[in-house]
Amino acid sequence: MSASETRLVGRDGAPVMDVDGDLLEVSMGPHHPSTHGVFRMDLALDGEKIVKLKPVFGYLHRNHEKLGEEHSYLASMPYTDRLDYICSLTNNWAYALAVEKLAGQEVPERAEYLRVILGELTRVQNHILSVGFLLQDMGASGTPLMYGFREREKILDLFESLTGSRMMCNYMRFGGCRVDASPAWLDGARAVVAALPAAVDELEALVCTNEILMARTQGVGVLPAELAINAGISGPVLRASGVNYDVRKVDHYGIYDRFDFKVPLGDHGDVYDRFMIRLLELRQSLRILEQALKDIPGGPVMDPKAKLRNFRPKAGEAYGRIEAPKGELGFYLISDGGPNPYRYRVRPPTLVNLTVLEDMCLGHNVADVVLILGSIDIVLGEVDR
Amino acid sequence: MLGEGILKGLAETAKNFAGSYVSKERLTTVQYPEERIPTAEAARVFPFLVYDGTDWEAGLRCVACQICEKECPPKCIYIEKSKDKKPDYVGKLQIFPARFDIDVSVCMSCQICVEVCPFEAIKMDTEFELATDDRFEGLLRHRNQLAKSNEYYHKIHPTEAAEVDARLAEEKAKVEAKAKAAAEAAAAKAAAEAAAKSAAPADAPQATAPAKPAEPAPKTTGGGE
Repeated sequence: MSASETRLVGRDGAPVMDVDGDLLEVSMGPHHPSTHGVFRMDLALDGEKIVKLKPVFGYLHRNHEKLGEEHSYLASMPYTDRLDYICSLTNNWAYALAVEKLAGQEVPERAEYLRVILGELTRVQNHILSVGFLLQDMGASGTPLMYGFREREKILDLFESLTGSRMMCNYMRFGGCRVDASPAWLDGARAVVAALPAAVDELEALVCTNEILMARTQGVGVLPAELAINAGISGPVLRASGVNYDVRKVDHYGIYDRFDFKVPLGDHGDVYDRFMIRLLELRQSLRILEQALKDIPGGPVMDPKAKLRNFRPKAGEAYGRIEAPKGELGFYLISDGGPNPYRYRVRPPTLVNLTVLEDMCLGHNVADVVLILGSIDIVLGEVDR
Repeated sequence: MLGEGILKGLAETAKNFAGSYVSKERLTTVQYPEERIPTAEAARVFPFLVYDGTDWEAGLRCVACQICEKECPPKCIYIEKSKDKKPDYVGKLQIFPARFDIDVSVCMSCQICVEVCPFEAIKMDTEFELATDDRFEGLLRHRNQLAKSNEYYHKIHPTEAAEVDARLAEEKAKVEAKAKAAAEAAAAKAAAEAAAKSAAPADAPQATAPAKPAEPAPKTTGGGE
């Protein structure tokens, strides 16, 4: 077969990549099981080695931002659940934070605590899941992933009994939370949080010292700290490269300044560090949860002045950002005083984190691409919006 | 020793495997169609219309105000107002939905219709087996399929329904007290007029006052927002 016949051609008939004739072009995805959704990578390979990588996304584009501009502020809230569908509660939170900034609304104390509790539970279940999926991508079929799913189920049960839905929670409102948590629910949450460290120990014993895991992940997909900062990377991927940046510590949004927790940092910036950072962060989240569940005060969960319908914040702009499990999630809103935002923009962490995929993959094998992609922990609902 | 980590992991798996024979808690799956996990009380799947009493058409709380239709994010609710009016429980004439359809395939179970409804007329069901083989008519639920009794609401969301009932009873008491005061005032006025004219038996006009027999269950005021 001549080199020209192996060319991948785009819709306009032009070659997808400008590569030497000796290289092999492979289109990986969009229906590849390890791409965590519908995501494609155009690879140029020299044997097994990656010479070029071009991420192609947009297969799951659902017009989220334009819909946000067409809908009322309240009606956009359930749509934010569908951004990063693993962590709907943190999406709710970031959006509520942006709108509250825009409208100058106050959030009652109890609602702030509930937000922290639910946000950290979301982080725990996201990290359990992403670690499980990373191992699944590596070839540890089933076992670690199912261990993760088993623990996640308990947290999803908590979500369901409070918010009514396991994944599409649609729980937070501008000026508080939709319903109050009963004492029974808080006791249930305390029991789950108390049982989780044992499950994390189990997961760590299962894989962390595994020689195959270390051989596959250490020194693979290294992201230098300088490049990470320049590319605007955030979340566990940034911290695995040794950059101490956590929006919870930088911004103190909500009531995060009240809790005692550490920000774990990696020093190599490879896949193993990103994997371990998530497990360590998970333990810190459990620490925050213990404190929040101990200190949660009584009182209302909604600002009594908050309006559900006919909500028209005054003209202006606001950017609300939080440390979502995958990185810095921000919502930028411009209001012209009408019932819907004039501009609605989402800053998804995983889209920005994907931009360094090529830099991390160059020189590695095709099998490592799957691992490196898994270590970024993408959710295509958020990347494509 | 090389391979120590692998052996450690395998020991963990073996512990889980053996444990699943001993400990019930480790068996986390159920055989779905036969065995079912009870749904959470707060669970929400698809909206239904609440009616009071036994006749669904007469007892529908919905007054076709179309707020839910307007606020629904994916716009899955279709309402047509009735031409005529029917009396609600306090005897006040209200329009009612001549047509109230919700599209199952569009609804995203967000519960915003429930939150914005000022009449406690639409609530979330916990029934989740909504699949049908009729993809044209079967997915569009009409008002006769959507109407469910208040007893059913009490069955699926007991705490929430009790709160709603208490709120409605309070509102109803307020309306009744107001109506009673108005009736008394009207009677007094009529009596005064009768006394002034010193003729004709003083029959207090009760055009606005409700004179309906007591119905079971809670009522809405039927008033505005």
